[in-house]
Amino acid sequence: MKDGDSADGATKVGDKHPTPHLDQLEDGPWPSFVTGLKRLRDEGAPSNQKVMNDLLGQLNHSYENRLGYWKGGTLSVFGYGGGIIPRFSEVADQFPESKEFHTLRVMPPAGFHYTTDLLRQFADVWERHGSGLIAFHGQSGDIMFQGCTTENTQIAFDELNGMGFDLGGAGPALRTAMSCVGHARCEQSCFDEVRAHRSLVNTLLDEMHRPSLPYKFKFKFSGCANDCVNSIHRADFAVIGTWRDDIKIKQDKVKEHVAEKGRKYTIDTVISMCPTRALSLNDDDTLEIDNRSCVRCMHCINVMTKALSPGDDKGVSILVGGKRALKIGDLMGTMIIPFMKLEEDEDFEKLEEFAENMVEFFADNALEHERIGECIDRIGLPAFLEAMEIEPDPNMVNHPRTSSYVRTDDFDEHAAKWFARKAREAGMDVAAD
Amino acid sequence: MNQEAKAKPRMPDEVGVPDPFPYMHPVMKDNYGNWDWHDRPRPGVLRHVSKSGDVIYTVRAGTQRQLDVFTIRRLADIGDDYADGHIRFTTRSNIEYMVADEAKVAPLVEKLEAEGFPVGGTGASISMISHTQGWLHCDIPGTDASGVVKGMMDMLHQEFVQEKMPNRLRITTSCCQINCGGQGDIAINVQYTKPPKINHDLVANVCERPVVVARCPVAAIRPAMVNGKPSLEIDEKKCVCCGACYPPCPPMQINGDDSTKIAIWVGGKHSNARSKPTFHKLAVANLPNNAPHWPEVKEAVGKIVNAYKTDAKHWERMGEWIERIGWNRFFELTDLAFTKHHLDTWTGARKTMNMSAHVHF
Repeated sequence: MKDGDSADGATKVGDKHPTPHLDQLEDGPWPSFVTGLKRLRDEGAPSNQKVMNDLLGQLNHSYENRLGYWKGGTLSVFGYGGGIIPRFSEVADQFPESKEFHTLRVMPPAGFHYTTDLLRQFADVWERHGSGLIAFHGQSGDIMFQGCTTENTQIAFDELNGMGFDLGGAGPALRTAMSCVGHARCEQSCFDEVRAHRSLVNTLLDEMHRPSLPYKFKFKFSGCANDCVNSIHRADFAVIGTWRDDIKIKQDKVKEHVAEKGRKYTIDTVISMCPTRALSLNDDDTLEIDNRSCVRCMHCINVMTKALSPGDDKGVSILVGGKRALKIGDLMGTMIIPFMKLEEDEDFEKLEEFAENMVEFFADNALEHERIGECIDRIGLPAFLEAMEIEPDPNMVNHPRTSSYVRTDDFDEHAAKWFARKAREAGMDVAAD
Repeated sequence: MNQEAKAKPRMPDEVGVPDPFPYMHPVMKDNYGNWDWHDRPRPGVLRHVSKSGDVIYTVRAGTQRQLDVFTIRRLADIGDDYADGHIRFTTRSNIEYMVADEAKVAPLVEKLEAEGFPVGGTGASISMISHTQGWLHCDIPGTDASGVVKGMMDMLHQEFVQEKMPNRLRITTSCCQINCGGQGDIAINVQYTKPPKINHDLVANVCERPVVVARCPVAAIRPAMVNGKPSLEIDEKKCVCCGACYPPCPPMQINGDDSTKIAIWVGGKHSNARSKPTFHKLAVANLPNNAPHWPEVKEAVGKIVNAYKTDAKHWERMGEWIERIGWNRFFELTDLAFTKHHLDTWTGARKTMNMSAHVHF
């Protein structure tokens, strides 16, 4: 399909904008989104064709001038305050058909599972009411239905909502969450990610649809410490699967692994790479694990997938406060709950209650545009733990404080609490009870 | 009354996160939480075996993420003709087809490759670049996302379809310093190099000035009267060119056709395997934003990828490899410069310095 000849971006209606910069992105082995946009322009539904011609024109204009030409605005659907990303073109005089190019953020089924029928239904809805362009998925985990006019936003949402799909988060609100494939296909998964994901987000749904938090709040759910959904870096509230008992070993499979890969290779890639020196290869090529020293990092299990697996006493760790640069700099989530069981109904209720309390704390105490991690930095972890009614735990730190600038005259009182807690955990009677 | 009822808008059905089970492959549903082990019969293919004895094969393929309806329908047709009608996506926008019958794997792989969807992205490969929206849709982008990613993946295609890296290598791109692309073994991010240019005629009407002042991480913005109008001014000596003021105040234009540059960062890691998660660190800055091909960026990324591939040990991620060989050797092997800009100056910077007599020669 030969593009129009006009040298500048502005062409008459019906002509195709020249796209010399984008044309360079059609060759090569990787699938080209430009080829997809052009197909919508040339063969798409009539409404898609018009939008895509001007969208391609504007995008090429951006490549030409190395500048973006979208501005935000305010737009929502009836009953909600968020979930739509409004985009109005600053160069609409040249590219009028794509002057409104809004995105509907729609929450996918937890774990990103689809049937081919569902994909087709999405395509049909978006061919009729949008531009015909859908992104699977945005960085927060939304399906992004891209390119809607203001007028069609409500119509498209009503149809998607009728299919059982809901808008995700935007602005200062609970955001769309993400969970790994987990229990659905992974033997390393230590909890029911689908249930945790759905129960936490759906409990707090009001905070997603009617933005009124100080800033964004994100949940992510990873079945193990491989953290396939990047929760420690990217989530305010990271739920990561772990276990308390011993790694399960099939020694015959260990021997098979050593026989196949070689003893030196096994020592170099498994034994020596254990971060806490908890592994040892026996003289008969079986594996010895010092489980009290193991930190559940997953490395040896990743390498010897047939021989090793997580233990039976499974649960989750919760890390809080991950975020990117704005404003005080990058923060990773830090360990707040080293272990909690997550199997029975009451375990899930406890998790929901904990999450609700934290979001409430965030709403009440964070400053405008402050994430929970920044809030914790500002007030100090002890104050946060006290507010959340969590006892300090050595797993929360890399090491105890190194600065002596602290008032410790109530140290004995807190030490007594520690010993009482330890006694309770050991099943002993405590006088204070 | 009828007219009133007709005019009344539809209230949303607040369904929340949809239940995935109606869409999940039946073998995955039947064996939910009951998997035993997995392996990879070939690059791009996973085999998971359940404790029940059931087996599911997964074929992973790269997509362009921004999918037109024709591509969506083509992917759905492949799912119907060659798989069992179920698909899923990974966090890096790869599509996965699941099949219960091993005999379906090879024809499915062949079909995907014939249709232009590279099969790979598993194990020790370079998977799809996680990226942002760029000029296509973002309101504050310094560069494009899908376009430059397409060019980059063309270059790295061979490393996607095979598993010949020391360990997985995750690349991200971000079209502004907010870094929606996230942390990566290699992160390719916009880096602004000049303070914002302020359109003083618009500030008063467009920006909530106290909000903008509060947004600055180095307190470089203050209210000012300019040409008789309330506006904002910047202490350019303090300004770190982060662009944080631009989203709440678009008249503070941070992008410039020549001042928006690209920086490459290395050694970010999400996983807890072996070492704890890490942030990426600066490798090189001030590369030109020469979209769509980004030749200078590609050259630098190529050097880093090659050095890692040649020198790292099996299972070492980028950051772990650099920790072993030392930054001295990293800059030597990649032929990149180490400058004063590599020395951190932000809060906590002292903890990034070498507080020991350990030296790499």
